[in-house]
Amino acid sequence: MSEALIAVALVWVAASGTAVVLTRDPLRQAFTAGFFGLALAFLYLSLQSGDVALSQIVVGAIALPLIVLLSLAKVRKDRE
Amino acid sequence: MTRRARLIFFAVAVAGLAAVLGVGLASLPSFGSQTSAYARMLNEVAPVQRHVTDVVSAINFDYRGIDTLFEEFILLATVAGISVVLRPLSDETRQLPKDKAPDRAIPPPSPAVWLLSVFLSSLLLLVGLETVTHGTLTPGGGFQGGVILASAFYVVYLGTNYRTVERFQPPLLLEAADGVGASGYVFIGLLGLLAGTDFLSNVIGLGAAGNLLSGGTIWALNIVVGAEVAGGFAILASEFLDQTAVIRTRPRSGEHR
Repeated sequence: MSEALIAVALVWVAASGTAVVLTRDPLRQAFTAGFFGLALAFLYLSLQSGDVALSQIVVGAIALPLIVLLSLAKVRKDRE
Repeated sequence: MTRRARLIFFAVAVAGLAAVLGVGLASLPSFGSQTSAYARMLNEVAPVQRHVTDVVSAINFDYRGIDTLFEEFILLATVAGISVVLRPLSDETRQLPKDKAPDRAIPPPSPAVWLLSVFLSSLLLLVGLETVTHGTLTPGGGFQGGVILASAFYVVYLGTNYRTVERFQPPLLLEAADGVGASGYVFIGLLGLLAGTDFLSNVIGLGAAGNLLSGGTIWALNIVVGAEVAGGFAILASEFLDQTAVIRTRPRSGEHR
């Protein structure tokens, strides 16, 4: 059972990681990167490392999108 | 470099990488295999030696506490570096955007958003404090809880505006939390030297495993790391927010932007 769970998590990580690379628009990339972070958190959880999964959730869901989105807003404001 | 030389260089590099990677992968534990001997041993000794129920915290803040000390200072240096890079430059100025239509008031956020952010920010504060203080008992700890605490500020910004969130996070308080948290780690480490043993030795009373106040220095280190991370991530967010909201290029004389 847990091996199947790990396999699903690994496939999910591979698929969403590829999606991040294939997304060209930085704004949309912020969202695909969020899903990639969620996949990584699920992988860590399936490997029974709850602490690392929690760190991944807070960094991937809070810190990273915030920095990307605010940087994009700054770049767009300067272009105006 | 010609195309041919580049291809040869690439082939050699790929062959080298494949060889090293192959050797490394061959000695990995098999897929789905059980935990390593080191993990099994720590699972047995940590609850007895350190009176914690979350063994990962015992590893991070006790057995390998010195590694976490360096990580804390990496975070401190990162936050300090970003504050320096994102300061107002000589051709920039800090001012709120000028209201171009003073006769029309900016509509406040909808009651639903406002209610959700009041609810969420208090909930995040509670969950953050819970995660920081229960680091020795359940998954989580100073780092995770600190980020959750900092995110409470972001939610206040979502529900209100820039001026309100600035009132909620005086820069002095955030910087003090960041610095005191980082140096607090060193001071707790020095307690070991004062007690006549090694740096970062667990010299505070361990308490009973499963109690809130247990694990000795592990618990105390979680608190100072929580303060540092919460302050650091809140500074990070406010620096980026300042760049978007109030830092703008200084208009040159005679030129209107």
